[in-house]
Amino acid sequence: MGRVVLVTGVAGSFASRVSRALAELGADGGVDRVVGLDLRPPEGDLGGVKFVRADIRTPVVAKVIAVEEIDTVLHLDLAPAEGRGSGGAKERNVIGTMQLLAACQRSSVVSKLVLGSTTAVYGSSPRDPAMFAESASARGGIRSGFPKDAVEVESYVRGFARRRPDILITTLRSAQILHPDIDTPLRSYFNTPILPAALGYDPRLQFLHLDDALAIATQAVVSDRPGTFNVAGDGVVLLSQAARRLGRPVLPLPPVGFASAAGRVIRSLGGEMSPDLHRLLTHGRAVDTTALREIFGYELQHTTEETLEEFRQAQRPGVLAVLGGAR
Amino acid sequence: MNDERRTIGTTGAAGRGAKGASPSSAARSLAGPGARPRKPVTKAKPPAPAKTAPAKAAPSKTAQSKSAPSKTTQSKTTQSKKAPTKPASGSKGPVKAAPATKAAPASKSTAEAPKATAGKAGPKKVAAGPPPTSSSSARSTAKPRLRAVTDEDAAAAAAAAAEEAAKATRTAGPASMPGIPLEEIVVAIVQAAQRVLGSDWERRLATSVSALRRRLSGDYEIDAFGFDPQISEILVNAVEPLAEKWFRLEVRGVENIPAEGGALLVANHSGTVPIDGVITGYAVKKYGGRNLRPLGADLVFALPFVGQMARKVGATLACTEDAERLLSSGEIAGVWPEGFKGIGKPFAERYKLQRFGRGGFVSSAMRAGVPIVPVSIVGAEEIYPLVGNVPSLARLLGLPYLPVTPFFPLLGPLGMIPLPSKWIIEFGEPIRTDAYEPDAADDPMLLFNVTDQVRETIQQTLYGLLVDRGNAFF
Repeated sequence: MGRVVLVTGVAGSFASRVSRALAELGADGGVDRVVGLDLRPPEGDLGGVKFVRADIRTPVVAKVIAVEEIDTVLHLDLAPAEGRGSGGAKERNVIGTMQLLAACQRSSVVSKLVLGSTTAVYGSSPRDPAMFAESASARGGIRSGFPKDAVEVESYVRGFARRRPDILITTLRSAQILHPDIDTPLRSYFNTPILPAALGYDPRLQFLHLDDALAIATQAVVSDRPGTFNVAGDGVVLLSQAARRLGRPVLPLPPVGFASAAGRVIRSLGGEMSPDLHRLLTHGRAVDTTALREIFGYELQHTTEETLEEFRQAQRPGVLAVLGGAR
Repeated sequence: MNDERRTIGTTGAAGRGAKGASPSSAARSLAGPGARPRKPVTKAKPPAPAKTAPAKAAPSKTAQSKSAPSKTTQSKTTQSKKAPTKPASGSKGPVKAAPATKAAPASKSTAEAPKATAGKAGPKKVAAGPPPTSSSSARSTAKPRLRAVTDEDAAAAAAAAAEEAAKATRTAGPASMPGIPLEEIVVAIVQAAQRVLGSDWERRLATSVSALRRRLSGDYEIDAFGFDPQISEILVNAVEPLAEKWFRLEVRGVENIPAEGGALLVANHSGTVPIDGVITGYAVKKYGGRNLRPLGADLVFALPFVGQMARKVGATLACTEDAERLLSSGEIAGVWPEGFKGIGKPFAERYKLQRFGRGGFVSSAMRAGVPIVPVSIVGAEEIYPLVGNVPSLARLLGLPYLPVTPFFPLLGPLGMIPLPSKWIIEFGEPIRTDAYEPDAADDPMLLFNVTDQVRETIQQTLYGLLVDRGNAFF
């Protein structure tokens, strides 16, 4: 008998793909049914996923879990704020998670929780080690915004794990996916024709390939992999290097007031900059994926560079692409 | 320095190979038979005054031959100096005026081209390492060649000038354009490229252009720490004159740098500005053939430009995770455990080692099972003698100290030039850590003992080196 999976935040571009992939596995693959939960209707076709329109911040979630007899929860409703107002995002991230965990704690059927967290929990500061292992925490402190939400959500999940030790908990700390169809802050940043960067800083960035992200999320649901795992493509790429590969000019801005200046530049170019991206674009971040390889048992198929290269091929060539030429 | 310049100039001469041939004749042959009738005209221009006074032309030519091997820029000045003398002596008036303007820009373009390419050629030459024998032989052939040029030119001067005059009158109609003929620019560039890059200049130019192209397209690899080997190599070449000529660096105990596998270099820290780290990295790369991965304070990575550059040349944050990651992957890491206490100590306390941190470097080395190499650096203390400190301003700026040296801030930017002290870097006998028990890294008493052992070794070596060095500056 297969699992009945609840995917939260299913309207998101990545969550909808994961839920469809899970639904396509079918009973043979170990998944009986997939239920998607979100407040917004999903944009694309969800295939065999049953969509429930409900607000995760309300106790309705508990009813959904009880009625659908959910035994596995894949919590992907964790997203940075869109645009400038961040109040709504925090509400959804933190209160939504609390409601979901409260519902899970009540349920006697739920046996597994997979949390789609982010590497943003490590923060981004000059005091960071070159690569974060899972045991590390943010060195420079985390003050606000989405990283803070993620840290709080993870701490709630740890508290939940203490209260219900019988439930398997997998926390996947993923780097941002770089794919033309997946809506992430870095994708919208790299979509702008001119890339604002902090003068005097060249951050190291890591990207995650969509195929790897899908495979890992599916594997975490289907098989039992308790623990916390960093998920990111191997290797790092410097921001300047990424800009050159994409053939886009870099606009250096003073590091003081970089956040607002960069946001203004990107908005004037018709894009949107996530409010928490500026720290990543100043100090960068890289994570160690040894645990994913050795304990989780997944061999990453795409490096950071390959992910960037695939992204480049899907993009229109940048202004400076002539300098690089075809490679 | 002199040798280096000569190799830059003479690799071209050796490659050209034609004994007694002038540079322009070689270029002519390169440019093809079509350029042949044209070329003597340009060559005849400088010696044009020789027609009126051949005796006067000869000494000026020898002056040029003397200056030519020393510096390309100098040869430019002599050439351009010669050009204006010609119209003055010229009796042909309007006919001569055109070639005169022609000659001056031509010489300018030849001179500019090597300047532009010289920067590229410099580092590459060091990397390629031309055998000294070839350069010396090239030198010996170069001198007679240049003398031959003067003779030939002087002899050809009269005939060529006459031909030129005839040609000028002949082609007065169509060739009256004021600019430089394209052909001559091409010839000049080819000549310049040959002079700078040597006989296989086409291949070498192509490789450097493609390297630049790859760089601009972002097609290069960095490791997880942000280490960029290409940038690092450029830095080593850039630091070489500073280390070898300015600081007259002497390196001892090179054999103690492991040829392979991980090692932890532990050194004393001094000099107000961490130049000792840069020079040690240079010494390890140049004499040991390994890349040093320095472990720096977080302040380094918080500073714009500095932090970016530090990561690109291989530095990373001094923390247990990074140290162990580097050491266990077989890299040579460098630590300066005194930290800011060592680098910012007053000049009066020079060469007195400060506290060696908490000994974290020893436990990192033990966990990775790599040897600890004590490194004693003499000379860095004198580059910026720290005589004062402005703690309140430093705190305001978030710095550990704000240095006052005899020349800074008194002389402004001039005070930032390091004093030319004599440097000695000695790599000591490695201290093995792989013989300890696995849980030794958690034994604080053992860690303190090893830390003290390393510290004492460095301190004693420093005293010895100071005696060996004698005067700090001469």
